[in-house]
Amino acid sequence: MAQHDITIKVNGAEKSASVESRLLLVHFLRETLAMTGTHIGCDTTHCGACTVLLDGEPVKSCTVLTVQADGHAVTTVEGLEQGGKLHPIQNGFWQEHGLQCGFCTPGMLMTGYALLARNPAPSEEEIREAISGNLCRCTGYVNIIKSVQHAAAALEEERQASTEAA
Amino acid sequence: MIPAPFDYHSPQTLEEAIGLLQSHPDDAKVLSGGQSLLPLLKLRLGSVGHLVDIGRISGLEYLREEGGFLRIGGRTRESALERSELIRTKYPLLFDTAAVIADPLVRNLATVGGNLAHGDPANDHPATMLALRAEVVATGPGGVRVISIDDFFQGLFATALATDEILTEIRIPVPPARTGGAYKKLERKVGDFATAASAVQLTLDLEGKVAQVGIGLTNAGPVPLRAKDAETYLTGKWPDAEAVAEASRLAGAAAQPSADRRGTVEYKQEMARILCGRAIEIAVDRALNPIEAKGN
Repeated sequence: MAQHDITIKVNGAEKSASVESRLLLVHFLRETLAMTGTHIGCDTTHCGACTVLLDGEPVKSCTVLTVQADGHAVTTVEGLEQGGKLHPIQNGFWQEHGLQCGFCTPGMLMTGYALLARNPAPSEEEIREAISGNLCRCTGYVNIIKSVQHAAAALEEERQASTEAA
Repeated sequence: MIPAPFDYHSPQTLEEAIGLLQSHPDDAKVLSGGQSLLPLLKLRLGSVGHLVDIGRISGLEYLREEGGFLRIGGRTRESALERSELIRTKYPLLFDTAAVIADPLVRNLATVGGNLAHGDPANDHPATMLALRAEVVATGPGGVRVISIDDFFQGLFATALATDEILTEIRIPVPPARTGGAYKKLERKVGDFATAASAVQLTLDLEGKVAQVGIGLTNAGPVPLRAKDAETYLTGKWPDAEAVAEASRLAGAAAQPSADRRGTVEYKQEMARILCGRAIEIAVDRALNPIEAKGN
């Protein structure tokens, strides 16, 4: 079958569509769902601008078929903000000037988000390693690293505040 | 970039997957992590009539020691190797290798079986598995078949797998005491294929001489290469500076790379020599000083 009925949970909401076998996940997000936060950069599995979370793990959505994601959960940059409030990783990029042109930012945010979910207090080296599959064409890596560190500190503060409250 | 049209199948069982491969003997491909296959289809360097996705078949992702082997399920992701304490402490060659394949995002989808079954001598696991003297388990209509890694790679993008077989497991002999391994890779940037790389696995005897050694070279010819002369030379010798120098010289001489933008033939052979020497030194050190488990 070249056409498939699929349902993918995107940022918590189930999205169903009939798609071609060859439709890439990034095209499903951008064109079928009109969610253009996820960017297409190189289209050759190098740059990471198209990074989304697939069941919580960051992957390059230009190198996943939509049909492969059927029944799975996808989180995009649109899913970070909650109730009008930026996620600490987004705020970190704002505070630390973690973007210049902004093209790589959706991918950097998703990779940074996934890193902090797995490793709440990463070393600078661990951050560098984690984002090594995401290219910043402005070469603004130093501030990107500071942004992730800013977010790590903010999340730690949130955790401590919630522990004290409990 | 969009691949040419194809049909996609998502079987729930191995039997169903093998049946699909049998129904389309000339134009079906197995889709594992897709991190080599999808870029190839997107760039239209290849096309396929039917993709058989093995991602929904349960029981193909595992890492466990059993019956004298480390068994790796064919669909085990590279990221699973990186996050395994067993692999980090007991199979440092595999750990080293997984950490330098493509980039962390790709490794969340790319699979160990796919890295081998793609048959690309520029991939990293082929050299590793040669050094580890692994076996490949193929499952087909007739059941299970075990293939020695030395018989597995048959040409550029060509392996011993039949068109209706699926790589379901990789078996690596559980290393004896005083064994160490290392993978050293030179790459221009994260995500590029190796300019040169060398995988070494060796076991020392009680005197400290090399009891057995496996050496594999990445991107050193049309098929993944075992540096046989270097292995033969080093076996039974003290791994002192002189022996390491001679073994790595033999490994560099065995490399048959082709010139490209990563370098000339001479440069790549020289890098294969240097990296082999470094990998031997690290492997010896690890054989003598096992990697400790992280304290809890």
